Amino acid sequence: MTPADLFFSALQSLRSNTMRSVLTALGIIIGVGAVITIVAIGAGAQANIEKVIEQIGSNMLTISPGQARDGGAQQGAASRPTLTAEDADAMKIVPGVSAVAPEVRGPVQVILGNQNWRTNVVGITEDFFIVRGWKMSSGRNFEDWEIDAGEKIVILGSTVAEKVFPGSDPVNQIIRIDRVPFTVIGVTAAKGQSSFGQNQDDIIFVPLKTAQQRILGGRLIKPDSVQQIAVLARTAKEVDVVERDLAEMLRDRHAIVPGRADDFQIRNTSEIFQARAGATEVMTLLLTAIASVSLLVGGIGIMNIMLVSVTERTREIGVRMAIGASRTDVMMQFLIEALALSMIGGVVGIILGLICSQLTAHFAGWPLRVELTSILLAVGFSAAVGIFFGYYPARKAARLDPIEALRYA
Amino acid sequence: MNRAGNGTAVVQTIDLRKEYRMGTNVVNALAGVSVRIEPGEFVAVMGPSGSGKTTFMNLLGCLDRPSAGKYLFEGDEVSAFDHTELARLRNQKIGFVFQNFNLLPRITALDNVALPLAYGKFARGERRQRAEVALREVGLGDRMDHRPVQLSGGQQQRVAIARAIVGSPSLILADEPTGALDSKTGVEIMGILQTLNDRGITIVLVTHEPDIAEHAGRVLTFRDGRMIRDEKGMGRRAGAPTPATQPHLVAVAGH
Repeated sequence: MTPADLFFSALQSLRSNTMRSVLTALGIIIGVGAVITIVAIGAGAQANIEKVIEQIGSNMLTISPGQARDGGAQQGAASRPTLTAEDADAMKIVPGVSAVAPEVRGPVQVILGNQNWRTNVVGITEDFFIVRGWKMSSGRNFEDWEIDAGEKIVILGSTVAEKVFPGSDPVNQIIRIDRVPFTVIGVTAAKGQSSFGQNQDDIIFVPLKTAQQRILGGRLIKPDSVQQIAVLARTAKEVDVVERDLAEMLRDRHAIVPGRADDFQIRNTSEIFQARAGATEVMTLLLTAIASVSLLVGGIGIMNIMLVSVTERTREIGVRMAIGASRTDVMMQFLIEALALSMIGGVVGIILGLICSQLTAHFAGWPLRVELTSILLAVGFSAAVGIFFGYYPARKAARLDPIEALRYA
Repeated sequence: MNRAGNGTAVVQTIDLRKEYRMGTNVVNALAGVSVRIEPGEFVAVMGPSGSGKTTFMNLLGCLDRPSAGKYLFEGDEVSAFDHTELARLRNQKIGFVFQNFNLLPRITALDNVALPLAYGKFARGERRQRAEVALREVGLGDRMDHRPVQLSGGQQQRVAIARAIVGSPSLILADEPTGALDSKTGVEIMGILQTLNDRGITIVLVTHEPDIAEHAGRVLTFRDGRMIRDEKGMGRRAGAPTPATQPHLVAVAGH
């Protein structure tokens, strides 16, 4: 029999038991569909992380105070207030630095009449919004002199604005932050959840000096210390040089003798996201492995149905043998049938997977990344499943004794 | 067509034996049969069930291999053939006609008839053409695209005969071809086999019915695994030439 004969004969046989064939192929359909979808989602997430890195810029560095040493015990990062506003000012003149944003953070109570809202305050300078990628939705940013003067003015995050001033414009209104009255000068545009799932808009901003002296003053170990400094290099290429120069400058300013450890930490933000990209990759691999199990189960389903089919068609096998089918012919017939079943399942699974990944990409707002390799892999895998699980039933058919088979009722 | 006895026989068995082991018992299904069937003969095989005639037919049809003895098909020693060689021999030299037709239910009459050719490496077009010729020969030129369920029993048996002759075999083995048919249809089927035999095809037919056996020029009777009678010249084919120059080794019945 030619391959075409075998193929058409297989299709004919599958069609004569449509429902059964569909149910059998379903295992493969779901398996292949799941693998394609998961791989596409993984690749999409990966692309999304790359996009985020691109957005925040791979040219950002964050500098935190170093660890305190208490006897032999290392304490957590930022446990020693080694960074100050002056350090931040000094960084501005390092070559390649385009913006510097020192900050302090702390929890506060925001009060307006009987409205009462617990949130976090960030003491910032005018560069903060540029460096961190915030936009204003109304009002204005702080001005240089307001920062220096420690003015009692505040910019609200969108969540705080909605909670404390539902339905009205907060700009020029007075609120009290821990009993101190502040004038609202602006509201930031919503930023949504952080990549770690926090609401980034539940926040208020005040000038750095104001935060240090009027709000967090009592809680800071040193009144002019800052908790973090974000530095934007002019270009991504300059990041490494800037990082080295900053470290050198800070060691100099902090009078750290050679051989002693830094009392600060400099981190490249893109490294953090690259680590997350790595984690996503591992997750994708894991999920793909799980999805592959359903391919295996689908294969067992094929074997099961092929065994039933061989039994049902025992007499047909006998007839075919009597009119001249060799064992190889019979073997090929059932093998091709199993293969057709798994390949049809594979193709439908690919279509299903493409639809699912389109939907996911659409709802998650991710770029769609269906790799050709995952499709080829799916096709190859379903073929392998068909041959592997079709082999035993096909061999069983081929080994039938024609006399017994013809006598089979 | 060589009908003379001194040519190569279509079938020649020499002390053909088949035994089955059932646990510790050994059943002698065929206990030494020697027979020679010449080209163009129409042979009926008779005998009660359990007489060994079915085993004999299975061996002739190369569906089974003997435990001992020799089987020469057109001079070739086929008892030594492997599975693949036997399959090829069945495909090219032997046509089967069964009591219950044994057509594949899902495909058309034409496809059923063409099926043996598909195993014989014929091109698609030629298969179709030959199958059409064979179907016309059995008088079913107008039913080619019908499926077996759409055909009467007699028509199905005609399709089966067309399938048996489509590959131009040397031998047709018919196992009670009229057993599942009413007597009128049975006569029609026998008529077709008769016509085929008139054209020179060797036919061996198993039957219970003496009037069916009458169509044959020679009747072999089996009992207890042995051939107890080999009669020529009875019935309609009495005048047909039968091998006389070769002595028939007729096993003597054990009782």
